[in-house]
Amino acid sequence: MTIPIRLTLNGKPHAIDLDDPRITLLDLLRERLGLTGAKKGCDRGQCGACTVLVDGRRINACLQLAVSLDGAEVLTIEGLSEGDALHPVQAAFIAHDGFQCGFCTPGQIMSAVGLIREGRAGTDPERIREGMSGNLCRCGAYAGILEAVKDASARMEPREDAA
Amino acid sequence: MILFDYSRASSVADAIAAARQPGSAFLAAGTNLVDLMKGGVTNPERVIDITRLPGLSGIEARADGSLRIGALARNSDVADDPHVARTYPMVAEALLAGASAQLRNAATVGGNLMQRTRCQYFTDAVSPCNKRQPGSGCAALGHATRIHAVQGWSEHCIATHPSDFCVPLAALDASVEIEGQGGKRSVKLTEFHLLPGDHPERETVLEPGELVTALTLPAEAAQFAGNARYLKVRDRTSYAFAVVSAAAALTLDGGRIGQARLAFGGLALKPWRVPEAEGSLAGKAPSPEAFAEAARIALDSAKPTGEANAFKVELARRVAVRALTSAAAGTPARIPALPASPFGLV
Ligand SMILES: Cc1cc2nc3c(=O)[nH]c(=O)nc-3n(C[C@H](O)[C@H](O)[C@H](O)COP(=O)(O)OP(=O)(O)OC[C@H]3O[C@@H](n4cnc5c(N)ncnc54)[C@H](O)[C@@H]3O)c2cc1C
Ligand code: SF4
Ligand code: FES
Ligand code: FES
Repeated sequence: MTIPIRLTLNGKPHAIDLDDPRITLLDLLRERLGLTGAKKGCDRGQCGACTVLVDGRRINACLQLAVSLDGAEVLTIEGLSEGDALHPVQAAFIAHDGFQCGFCTPGQIMSAVGLIREGRAGTDPERIREGMSGNLCRCGAYAGILEAVKDASARMEPREDAA
Repeated sequence: MILFDYSRASSVADAIAAARQPGSAFLAAGTNLVDLMKGGVTNPERVIDITRLPGLSGIEARADGSLRIGALARNSDVADDPHVARTYPMVAEALLAGASAQLRNAATVGGNLMQRTRCQYFTDAVSPCNKRQPGSGCAALGHATRIHAVQGWSEHCIATHPSDFCVPLAALDASVEIEGQGGKRSVKLTEFHLLPGDHPERETVLEPGELVTALTLPAEAAQFAGNARYLKVRDRTSYAFAVVSAAAALTLDGGRIGQARLAFGGLALKPWRVPEAEGSLAGKAPSPEAFAEAARIALDSAKPTGEANAFKVELARRVAVRALTSAAAGTPARIPALPASPFGLV
């Protein structure tokens, strides 16, 4: 039995026939749709490497059953840039050395995009660290990640200190 | 994960009818259920998706001064609701101190209430565990029990309930609205989770097929808005479960305490409230001595399961004193950068 679902993925509509209700959004993206940007670190909600935006909010793709997301709008790292023009958060990660091996980076960047949209951190380093705590970096690139998020946040959201 | 039948409920009645079949599980955001299914800890044959049920995600301040939070409201939406943050600040702070931003964006409040213990012998899916497999024994007893209970446990199960959110809710006399085949009922949150006793496999008062539809806070809960704090001690400052936590709330009148509320997380299989400790504060001026006495009473009946968690008793006393002291100093104008953290707290 297949279960048909519809997703808007990086702006494009997709009709997908799921042959198994167990498929997570992360496995759907990586194994079936060839979008390997979102990474599988822990597969259990403990690392943030799989972070994508669903209906504009950052979530862990590894804990979402794809079948449950019928009708959702999904944005992954692959859909972030406008052609060759990097998204401000991507550019900031490069400018501030926000990574080393790069494994956690797609998740960090999607999480930072979500955080800035939520408007809860502004440029306060402590609030950014707390807001990004769902993304672990085993290389320990946290110092660069913080600078990148601060910088991108200041560019994208001129508000001083969003509540 | 074993294969299951998936269905999407379109009405509450639909969901309740479907869940009456044994081996069924409701799926909300799945941040706990899918995790446990991946680990083979729970293996439902039927998964009933309740995320599309209409009318269950609202946050409603009612005319009588009470608050109703629909079971499908997301943890982050509740924490960010301006009325909730202003009127029940320790509820917002506890939510923001739980899990990560990604998990809070997905997780529902019904799922938070219903989440299972983090006892490592329960989640490893193989150790003897009376909760997972009734009658198989309890692997935790006598083993690594740093996170286990010091209140309300039995020799059949010594696990704790991991929710942060439930702790201030218990302190504020929240109720749980339930709907099932037999109609609707409402249960006090402090009576919703069951202590393990002889039947650790029974975790809540829900009957098979019953659905949590909402949480409510009574009008009186609003009187604590100015003097309320949630304090959470954990192994790292963020993205970690509580080792011990406390919600403390006071009403102050002319330098004296009117009412006090005090509830703990991390001590038992339910949020732990000790009315005698609260009562000891009534009419007193807030002082280190009064708070120490309340904390002493609160932990009077505590009993560690072994050496590994004995530290929790003194830790809980200190967390209680610190939370009460902080509540007396006044709710901060804005939730601190590190919610519920002892760092930077009064
Ligand atoms: C890495 C990690 C860290 C975490 N840290 C914390 C923390 O620090 N503090 C904290 O409090 N929590 C923490 N959590 C737990 C998190 O809060 C829960 O997973 C979440 O709240 C569950 O909500 P959900 O909607 O995803 O529920 P689901 O996973 O969908 O459901 C959980 C359970 O509740 C049942 N259920 C759901 N809704 C209803 C309903 N309306 N009626 C009846 N039954 C229902 C389901 O059948 C299932 O058994 C953490 C989780 C993870 C993965
Ligand atoms: S403490 Fe409870 S949950 Fe943990 S192994 Fe023992 S019976 Fe199972
Ligand atoms: S892979 Fe999803 S949180 Fe680690
Ligand atoms: S850059 Fe290597 S894990 Fe973060």
